[in-house]
Amino acid sequence: MILFLLRRLVNFLVTLFAVSIIVFAAMNVLPGDPALTILGLDATEDALEALRQRLGLNEPLTKRYFLWIGNALTGNFGISHSFSVPVSDLIIERLPLTVSLAISGMTCTVILAFVLGVFAAANHKRYGDWGVMVISQLGIALPAFWLSILLVLLFAVKLRWLPPGGFPGWENPSDAIRSLILPTLALSLVQSAVLARVTRSSMLEVMRQDYIRTARASGFHRSRILWRHTLPNALIPIVTIIGMQFAALVTGTIVIENVFYLPGLGKLIFQSISNRDLPTVQALVMLFAAIVIIANFIVDITYSVIDPRLKDRA
Amino acid sequence: MLNKFNKPIRVAIYASIALIMSFSHLFAGSSISIGMQQEPTSLDPTSDATASIDGMLSHNVYESLTTVNESGQVLPALATDWQVSPDGLEYTFNLRKNVKYHDGSAFDSEDVLFSFKRAMAEDSVNPTKKIFKPIEEISAPDSHSVVIKLKKKDAFFLFNMAKGDASIVASESSASNNEKPVGTGPFIFDDWKRGDRLVLVKNSNWHDAQSVSLEKVEFRFISDAAAATAAMMAEELDAFPGFPAPELLEQFEADPRFTVTIGSTEGEVILAFNNKKSPFDNLDVRRALSHAINRDEVIDGAMYGRAVPIGSFYPPHGSSYVDLTNVYAHDLDKSKELLKASGLKIDELSLRVPPFPYATRSAEIIQAQFSKVGIDVKVENVEWGFWIDEVYKKKNYDMTIIAHTSPNDLGNFARGPKYFYGFDDPAYNDLYAQIVGEADPEKRSELVKQAQRYLTDKAVHGFLFQLPKLGIFKNGIKGFWKSAPVLYQPLQAVLVK
Repeated sequence: MILFLLRRLVNFLVTLFAVSIIVFAAMNVLPGDPALTILGLDATEDALEALRQRLGLNEPLTKRYFLWIGNALTGNFGISHSFSVPVSDLIIERLPLTVSLAISGMTCTVILAFVLGVFAAANHKRYGDWGVMVISQLGIALPAFWLSILLVLLFAVKLRWLPPGGFPGWENPSDAIRSLILPTLALSLVQSAVLARVTRSSMLEVMRQDYIRTARASGFHRSRILWRHTLPNALIPIVTIIGMQFAALVTGTIVIENVFYLPGLGKLIFQSISNRDLPTVQALVMLFAAIVIIANFIVDITYSVIDPRLKDRA
Repeated sequence: MLNKFNKPIRVAIYASIALIMSFSHLFAGSSISIGMQQEPTSLDPTSDATASIDGMLSHNVYESLTTVNESGQVLPALATDWQVSPDGLEYTFNLRKNVKYHDGSAFDSEDVLFSFKRAMAEDSVNPTKKIFKPIEEISAPDSHSVVIKLKKKDAFFLFNMAKGDASIVASESSASNNEKPVGTGPFIFDDWKRGDRLVLVKNSNWHDAQSVSLEKVEFRFISDAAAATAAMMAEELDAFPGFPAPELLEQFEADPRFTVTIGSTEGEVILAFNNKKSPFDNLDVRRALSHAINRDEVIDGAMYGRAVPIGSFYPPHGSSYVDLTNVYAHDLDKSKELLKASGLKIDELSLRVPPFPYATRSAEIIQAQFSKVGIDVKVENVEWGFWIDEVYKKKNYDMTIIAHTSPNDLGNFARGPKYFYGFDDPAYNDLYAQIVGEADPEKRSELVKQAQRYLTDKAVHGFLFQLPKLGIFKNGIKGFWKSAPVLYQPLQAVLVK
């Protein structure tokens, strides 16, 4: 197990290092000038030069990279070019919202998908199954931003039950929860449609196994067979998809945060890329990469919890 | 529960509840929530060009020596009055007395010297440093007057000094203005949640505080047009003075809860030609392309009819405007004729468009229009960073569509061959120098008209339309500017009923 963890850690660091080089190179290959973006089209050449000097943009590329990586190793992610405050401050400010959104989105996805998927599998080749399949097909086809707009029109503009967007901060918990309901739904409806289908087919696969037939023959109750014997054994492919979906969910916040004008990390990375705010983009992409790698790691650990046989193979 | 009390006490309780409720209504009425499309990255207009910084803070939190009204006329601000020497080179400003910054420090001529020297310094990153270029010397004879000597006459000097870039800041707070703006204006900065909202509260120490009715102003940042519409419709916002989407305006006009205003901005939208590059170095070609444009169709398609066509580079609401839209009336035969006369064979041109709806939509229509004279336009939608680098800086383009939003920007055409227009014309440079040097308003107006005609004659660009200022307000909100002669929007006169 220790060897497994060590190998994972090395893997993690190597991936992050590769990501850092790719982001750095990509942002520098991309045409753009942070100084001109900040000072605008009326800026004089000497003001631009002064700003480039201040931002350290005149240093050679490799020197800038190593300076950055050296600082990053000590936890200093530099100063944002456009906001002129430490990048870590920007991230800490916005992390609570995006984390809340990702967790609520994931929870809602899993609950919806399990309920729908198990229901469809239990009603295989009947109307219930057919209905879930049609709904989930629709869910997969709908773009999240469009769905968001519809949700806002119905629940915020027409019915006035929920705010159309914005986030008041966690100092005000009831308002904060209210403002997260629609973005959570928008994030999870599409994702749960995918997961519901996976749950259903994985359940059907397990239901064909001999031990389920045996359980049924022994007279166990239907729901006990479904939830205690079928679902746990169907979990491996489902967990794999959940791991992949978590990554999609985190990146999905970029769209959702823009539609619901939520001041989270997704909106920040979007804005920083157009502003050519290299230190911020760099730190955020690394953070997103780390989240995805950690999510995959958790999936791997979960495998061995679900199926102890896999532990020996790790 | 109230029945436990005897009658007089009950009456008193009811009366006081009613009183509190009527007061709370008053307080609620004096705050406003304003939607902004563009989110600021800093709160210091003297170091960042983002228009929303000026839009929210200039002349609300910060003040400059002068200000302007809605028609662009220069008015006193931190300077109560000024004298100009007969040769037009020396300005003496008398400063307002008993003014305090929001942090309690006193305002005097030292602050003006500090702000100007900071903006003019070699390492200054002021986004419109050029407005300070004409200044030769600045001095303060006493604590409440400032003398500014110019190198040469500048007709726009007093107007330029009203800009947010010329805000008068204090040496104690200038370094932290990017996060905690400290000024002398009618509103005090209260809170900023980056990416979400910015809150201002009334400054009761302001010299004319009794005229300010708003107690609290909240700006909310909503970049997406559909989200902005939903926020207005759900009445989360009271006002959206710079609404981004003309196509969504109709539903607000049909809704009795809202008032819609359509004003003008200083933004001329042009189909810019790279004048240095073939075939745009050929006057016949530029004229031919100008004739191929159908402005009404562009305005209908790209702006849903909510814009005014232009025939040169000057806003139609300006006092020196000449209507030149008929010089290159839409005429396909004439266009083909001129193309033939040029002797050039043009099959394909590229059109690199920045990511603004007015530009991307106009581009598609221009593409269709140019195809009618046999020119295949390749539209390339590019991202803003790319546009700035490739089009603006490296001049690597044939045509582009862009709005020039600064006031008094006829000088763009005198910026020489290094500017992305690639237009370099000594006769025009002379004409522009005369405009800048002319102190007499009437003579200057004549020269400005001459400049418009000159640019149209040379068909430097395809002149399309003036960018409108679309405002949506809940009924009962008054005092917002309909048109925007500058980037800022003073809120001191805004009323909520």
